[in-house]
Amino acid sequence: MNKISQEILSGNILVSDGAWGTFLQQKGLLPGECPESWNTLHPEKVLEIAQSYIDAGSDMIETNSFGGNRIKLSYFGKEDQVYELNKAAAEISRKAAGPNKHVLGSIGPTGKFLITGDVTEEELFEVFKEQAIALEAGGADALIIETMTDIDEAKIAIRACKENTSCEVICTMTFDKTDEAVFYTMMGVTPADMTTELVDAGVDIIGANCGNGMENMVGITKEIRAANAEIPILIHANAGAPVFQNNETLFLETPDITAGFVNPLIDAGANIIGGCCGTTPAHIKSIAQMVKRN
Amino acid sequence: MNAEEILLKLAECVEFGKVNKAAPFPPAMKGMDGADELTKQALEIGVKPVDILNEALIKAMDKVGEKFTQKKIFVPQMLIAAKAMNASMEHLKPFFQSGEVKRKGKFIIGTVAGDLHDIGKNLVAMIVEGAGWEVIDLGVDVSAAKFLQAIKENEGAVVGLSALLTTTMLSMKNIVAEIKREYPNVTCLIGGAPINDQFMVEIGADGYSSDPQGAVNYLNALVA
Repeated sequence: MNKISQEILSGNILVSDGAWGTFLQQKGLLPGECPESWNTLHPEKVLEIAQSYIDAGSDMIETNSFGGNRIKLSYFGKEDQVYELNKAAAEISRKAAGPNKHVLGSIGPTGKFLITGDVTEEELFEVFKEQAIALEAGGADALIIETMTDIDEAKIAIRACKENTSCEVICTMTFDKTDEAVFYTMMGVTPADMTTELVDAGVDIIGANCGNGMENMVGITKEIRAANAEIPILIHANAGAPVFQNNETLFLETPDITAGFVNPLIDAGANIIGGCCGTTPAHIKSIAQMVKRN
Repeated sequence: MNAEEILLKLAECVEFGKVNKAAPFPPAMKGMDGADELTKQALEIGVKPVDILNEALIKAMDKVGEKFTQKKIFVPQMLIAAKAMNASMEHLKPFFQSGEVKRKGKFIIGTVAGDLHDIGKNLVAMIVEGAGWEVIDLGVDVSAAKFLQAIKENEGAVVGLSALLTTTMLSMKNIVAEIKREYPNVTCLIGGAPINDQFMVEIGADGYSSDPQGAVNYLNALVA
């Protein structure tokens, strides 16, 4: 299989997938239930999600393993199922992707802080290593470390993935827009800081996910691109900001609105475009149509 | 050092997160005494515990909360400041228990049922404690029954509810409704990434803040 970064080097814009968490809830995942447990309890439903994104035109599909690290799984008493649940997650997505599309093994943050001594660098490294190995064993050809806010945790995860698998490594962080219209992660990292530090750490592809709709992502992409002219950029935007109506949380950015931001994102320097919370196969289909029109 | 100098130094340690002499943060204060040692020294030379709380800890944490609101510092700096405050607070505990030092009131806090996120909740708990309140932290995934039990055990307490997930906003709504049904006069403060003023009104909560300092301002106004 080609490397994603090689496909980008040859000038292609690629399409990634959309939301998993909000999609699982639609399929019946209950609040307080462990999403990763569905990889073995309801693999057919997880496969339906993966397949619906592939059918919508995704060139790559993530895995249902965002909270699949030992620390997060321990909240559900499933810390001894890291290998099983992550391997199953990758197998399901590989089944949907077939041999030619990419499977991105999803790795989320642990929720622990290095700075307060909650966890040590060595512990974090082992936690990410364990998850990365299982995802590769299940058929992931790339790993996506996502929704990161702390630069040190992100760098440890990159190192754990690089040193223990032969997967391409993607890392995206989540930025908030301040009142002064400046972007920072919760831990104070700017898009430019992220770019310098993660490229230094040997990441193959960087970007931003969650926290923002497409419009803010254009600004974030510009800042990343200004800091590095070469590094491939992946963007997973939410379908706008969440709105609470009639006891339901809604993301109101429609596939048409999303489509309207595809060209501005590409012009800003994005190479891979997909979605995060609230996006559906319909959003991915509109993105794919816009990308293929170029 | 005299009392005034120690209190100034202690406030500086809390503001910048110098926990104790051995702590590596912040690098500029390496090898110097931290909040732990300075509090001990202050008590040894006879500084009143209430002055340590008011003149050093509350003042420092107030600055920390302000700087956080202004995005001059971020979560890591706030966390180490709170850690330094806690190191000092450990020495003051006996005086709280004996009643020699009184706090402004009680604040019960928890992340609502179905939601396991504790960062935002912890930050609010730290800043509220640093503002001189007694904090009863119920943890994450807290059911209505647990909130009600804590209210029963802590008469007059204000309740704070946190939710990070858009999906657990509904859980917050249900818990606030149950609290208000049993205890119509208990004040409910809410917060979390997806929360806003409109949601506060919709679910019948009393206050909303987008940042920890806003929660402190709200609480302090209640007892002012």
